[in-house]
Amino acid sequence: MQNLRRRKPSEPSRPEPEQKETTQNDPDSENGKERENKKNGRSKGWSCIDNCCWFIGLICSIWWFLLFLYNAMPSSIPQYVTEAIAGPMPDPPGEKLRKEGFSAQHPVVFVPGIVTGGLELWEGKPCAEGLFRKRLWGGTFGEVYKRPSCWVEHMSLDNETGLDPPGIRVRPVPGLVAADYFAPGYFVWAVLIANLARIGYEEKKMYMAAYDWRLSFQNTEVRDQTLSRIKSNIELMVATSGGKKAVIVPHSMGVLYFLHFMKWVEAPPPMGGGGGLDWCAKHIKAVMNIGGPFLGVPKSVPGLFSAEAKDIAVARAIAPQVLDIDIFPLQTLQHVMRMTRTWDATMSMIPRGGDTIWGDLDRSPEEDYDHKKRKQKRNETISSENNEDESHDSKRKKIYYGRMISFGKDVAEAPSSEIERIDFRGAPKGSSVANSSCRDVWTEYHDMGLEGVKAVADYKVYNAGEILDLLHYVAPKMMARGDAHFSYGIADDLDDPKYQNYKYWSNALETKLPNAPEMEIFSLYGVGIKTERAYVYRVSPSPECNIPFQIDISANDEDEDSYLTDGVYLVDGDETVPVLSSGFMCARGWRGKTRFNPSGIRTYIREYDHTPPANLLEGRGTQSGAHVDILGNFALIEDIMRVAAGQNGQDLGGDRIYSDIFKWAGRINLKL
Amino acid sequence: MGSIPRLRKFCTPQPLNFSFFTLQPTHLKRKEGQIAFLRSLLLERETKRREKNEVPRKIPRKIWRCMCMNDCLWAIGFMCTVWWFIVFVYHCLPSNLVGLHLPESPGQRLRREGLNALHPVVLVPGIVTGGLELWEGRPCSQGLFRKRLWGGGSFAEIFKRPMCWLEHLSLNNETGLDPPGIRVRPVSGLVAADYFAPGYFVWAVLIENLAKIGYEEKNLHMAAYDWRLSFQNTEVRDYALSRLKSKIELMYMTNGNKKVVVVPHSMGAIYFLHFLKWVESPPPTGGGGGGPGWCAKYIKAIMNIAPAFLGVPRTLANILSAEDKGISFLRAMAPGVFDSEILRLQTLEHAMRVSRTWDSIISLFPKGGETIWGNLDWSPEKDQECDFIKKRVFRSCPSDGRTDNTTKNAILLKEDVNYGRIISFGKTASELHSSQLPSLGFKDFAPYNTRANSNMCRDLLTEYDELSREIIGEVAKHKAYTAGTVLDLVRFVAPKMMQRAEAHFSHGIADDLDDPKYTHYKYWSNPLETRQVYQYQLQSSYTPLCSLKLPNAPDMEIYCLYGVGVPTDRAYIYKLSSLDRCRSIPYRIDSSANARNPGGCLKGGIYFSDGDASVPIISAGFMCARGWRGKTRFNPSGAPTYVREYGHKAPSSLLDGRGSESGAHVGIMGNVALIEDVLRVAAGATREELGGDRIFSDIMSMSRAIRLRV
Repeated sequence: MQNLRRRKPSEPSRPEPEQKETTQNDPDSENGKERENKKNGRSKGWSCIDNCCWFIGLICSIWWFLLFLYNAMPSSIPQYVTEAIAGPMPDPPGEKLRKEGFSAQHPVVFVPGIVTGGLELWEGKPCAEGLFRKRLWGGTFGEVYKRPSCWVEHMSLDNETGLDPPGIRVRPVPGLVAADYFAPGYFVWAVLIANLARIGYEEKKMYMAAYDWRLSFQNTEVRDQTLSRIKSNIELMVATSGGKKAVIVPHSMGVLYFLHFMKWVEAPPPMGGGGGLDWCAKHIKAVMNIGGPFLGVPKSVPGLFSAEAKDIAVARAIAPQVLDIDIFPLQTLQHVMRMTRTWDATMSMIPRGGDTIWGDLDRSPEEDYDHKKRKQKRNETISSENNEDESHDSKRKKIYYGRMISFGKDVAEAPSSEIERIDFRGAPKGSSVANSSCRDVWTEYHDMGLEGVKAVADYKVYNAGEILDLLHYVAPKMMARGDAHFSYGIADDLDDPKYQNYKYWSNALETKLPNAPEMEIFSLYGVGIKTERAYVYRVSPSPECNIPFQIDISANDEDEDSYLTDGVYLVDGDETVPVLSSGFMCARGWRGKTRFNPSGIRTYIREYDHTPPANLLEGRGTQSGAHVDILGNFALIEDIMRVAAGQNGQDLGGDRIYSDIFKWAGRINLKL
Repeated sequence: MGSIPRLRKFCTPQPLNFSFFTLQPTHLKRKEGQIAFLRSLLLERETKRREKNEVPRKIPRKIWRCMCMNDCLWAIGFMCTVWWFIVFVYHCLPSNLVGLHLPESPGQRLRREGLNALHPVVLVPGIVTGGLELWEGRPCSQGLFRKRLWGGGSFAEIFKRPMCWLEHLSLNNETGLDPPGIRVRPVSGLVAADYFAPGYFVWAVLIENLAKIGYEEKNLHMAAYDWRLSFQNTEVRDYALSRLKSKIELMYMTNGNKKVVVVPHSMGAIYFLHFLKWVESPPPTGGGGGGPGWCAKYIKAIMNIAPAFLGVPRTLANILSAEDKGISFLRAMAPGVFDSEILRLQTLEHAMRVSRTWDSIISLFPKGGETIWGNLDWSPEKDQECDFIKKRVFRSCPSDGRTDNTTKNAILLKEDVNYGRIISFGKTASELHSSQLPSLGFKDFAPYNTRANSNMCRDLLTEYDELSREIIGEVAKHKAYTAGTVLDLVRFVAPKMMQRAEAHFSHGIADDLDDPKYTHYKYWSNPLETRQVYQYQLQSSYTPLCSLKLPNAPDMEIYCLYGVGVPTDRAYIYKLSSLDRCRSIPYRIDSSANARNPGGCLKGGIYFSDGDASVPIISAGFMCARGWRGKTRFNPSGAPTYVREYGHKAPSSLLDGRGSESGAHVGIMGNVALIEDVLRVAAGATREELGGDRIFSDIMSMSRAIRLRV
């Protein structure tokens, strides 16, 4: 563009001196006339549009030329350049292990998490014409921009049943392509797959258990028979690899999905898969959970409560006008909220275990979390660290992580005795505000009215257990659907026959692990990134039209290294899942023979400390600990490959801990 | 990066040319303006130079050059802008405007009739149409991991690194499996063969129509397999057969115990025959151990689309000289290109070397020998009419299984065509009476030193290089080969390939189907050698093999759906070429051989008969029309068979694409009538609803002419 700008102003100024020169220096009058004529012709013909065309032509030609060079270039050059700048790259784990003599042994099953799996259209409304078997989710997302309301309509599920709306069938993409890349260039499983391929894996020994991540887990079986397919595929792969048991690698919500699967497969046919009680022992060698939200994710609470994530809250802080704008009838958030609220699966991530796990008004397991301290710990010995610990602790003020939602920063920090709460349960809901301009977007908040909003805000503080009541209050229809499929409690007596219902199967605190003493369960997750844990909320300025609650982005800590940023309390984790959720079950809940793990399945914790990529060329880094990027972490990939190639947890070196997970898990008062 | 493909689109010339021509007047005016502008610019410089006393005479040329540059840039910019504009407008258009006059698809129509997905459907793709992707390769293939090497429109790699591509697609010459260090695997899922190249559908239309009546991934499965391997090797290497079995069982179970409708295409038909035998064979003989009742329990109908049951004569030309109808025509038009030594391209030779490592091609050799395909003087198609245009007029309505009498009357100028001589050297040899032909057996070659002097051709490219040149000439002197003796010919010129392949395929006719040798898997894909085991089962305690049809599966229906009315390769006239050169193929189709009258069957060295452009009707229809019809020794349980033919009608306009009434080998997958038949069966239609046979060709009289004990 600079060229263009420079060119245009210079143009009119040019003729003048030229004219002078020609008249002065050229005595021949005929020549001069000729030139003048031509000059006139030029000023007519060489317009701004011509200039633009010329410029575009130049750009295109240069672009083509570069493209040609790029294509003609031998493919090793980019790598060479990278190595020249960043130093020699380490061997990818696949290459390294192949040199060490490992080869494909156990079949590997990937279970993708929420959002990462692709969805494609099989039947749609007229507005979706031409999209048959094209991806609606994953891939390029081009359609979101072209026909947004059509897209939202097709991605939504039925609000009553949680299944397909009539006339629309959106189905998961099968095969490895389902979740290898989320968007072009944004890998999910691709790196792991590529590395496994180096030691001899191929499609016959790898299976992507793609499922429709919008549905509740049992509904994937009801609608698509996904669980049956996974069972049949695992059986087939075990049979064709000569009886070698499968290694399961679930990621994120896939962890819960696979917990559900393990219970389903044992259960008798009408509800379950009828595989028998020893199915897991026969077919599964190890479950390697990556970034598993066993106990839920606090992030899902604002997602359901006000369709916000940290990213949106930050966006609002930067450009406060855009999202709240009323002039344009965009109402993006409401649309998003209405869509996501039809997805039952999001409810599987609501924090489980209530106050016992996540803490109450006064205490929480992570209350002494200190970012600085954890950084130091790696360098120093444990004994010297303890002293510093205490001195440091005294300086710090206590953070009430247990207050998952508090209205106002002052409330979030006040001692519990000073908080006055008015119970919101049973508070009358007002009639909907008769503002016709807001009615086109329907969310359940409109049924709540201003009185309901006030009642919610007056309760001030909600801990993990009360969050459920809150959600029941503000979104009764959604939670009614969710209650049929998920449970969030802790079982007192696991032998109670009611726990045979499928709604308990994905809750690690209400199920027993299968009777498979030779199986191993790994919990692999990233640490060292601040992760959302609790929120400071406020009532939004115009509650009658917008979503009535939003994260209070003005709430910040004074000191620099703060735990409260933009209304969000942060704790150690992988950016999405706090350490407590991903680590507790393997650190304590299932460690040794407990009531949740009666056969004594061995559990291992492998943490991966987050190191951001050194430079841009590294892309998303090979040592990342972030929730999705960890799938490209070389250490994690190596661990998975070693297990797939026949090693066990002891060969890997047992636990690998960077965080305080054992200390925190020890504080949780749970009968085991 | 997303903008790269978009920008690349600018290179596509069609719309650009169009806009360029229409806008030429204004363009010229602008050009003048530019010239003037440039001149003045240069004059400016000129005057400056004059001040410095430089020579100004060279300027006009510079003006021209510079103007040209600027002009080009302008033109490119203009075209790009117009193109963007057109693209923008195209994207803004409501999508229904483009196909305004599209007729209702059969899926939609049947849906309105109330048809719903009932039986799970398994699609079995044929040769060549399935996609292949790279899982492990040589250094030259860097960056292609899990990228398609075959199918799906990623043939760009052929041009970028052709030798690398050929190397990766070849299989091991000894084992017929992967070469060391290379793993190329079939793409799985529906994407494997929905489109062969962008816009060139294979299964996509059928899938879309199935989806309209409620099919989706859970009751629709593409049994993708590596079509280069022999059928048993797909199980050995990839467990493709085990996967298919498990998939069928799963779909049967999850869809309310509804039997499966299988829709194989082309080579997929014989692949599925192999599967049927495999699945019921006990594991020790390499089978799947499904037990004798498996087919009866899980399979409702097999709807073979353009099945190549008895082989395809074209494969002979492929193997002998890597030629195809298309290629020999090309050579006739531009004889220099393929034979040019200067370029050292040797495209055909390379293609031949690669395709000879693919065992599956051997499965498509004509089966049944002279009994089916005719001997030197007789062939089942002998009375056939070759003028397909005329034929179509006469056969506008289907005849009910009987030959249309009118067609026979239409034959005015009939040449005596010896279709039985599948390969003949020279046109005369194809026409002489058999008594005048030399009868030289291959045993006569034995005393010769058949191997070439290794010094002569150092760098062996094809197996032809291993043969001495005299022998190659001798082979040609044998003049004419029938479907039976041509196998000897191939065995002779390509001994290694045939040795490998004949461990996997057999091409004969079984005299005694109870012979225990037929338990070997190499017979499983030959419908003329797979046997019914009903009586055998009673006699011995040996676990019964699955035959094609089960005694207790009389309900399983077999359909042969294929196109007719397209000239199809049936026999070839060859000539010797370039005996003296190394690294070349010594035989060529004699593209100069043509029939004496314009309506003849011989064109460009190829005798044509009725078919679907690839498979002659005798191969596609015989088994359903006679071999399995009623209770025969090949079909003792009497499973019903149906022949459904679809007359070829070329697309009426360009907008029609490949036509909705095509009968061509692959184009038939878009045939509305065929799609409707498949949908009806999948939705649970009984045989009566479909209307039984639907015949346009002479298949019934032809198969009656074949003297085969059934």
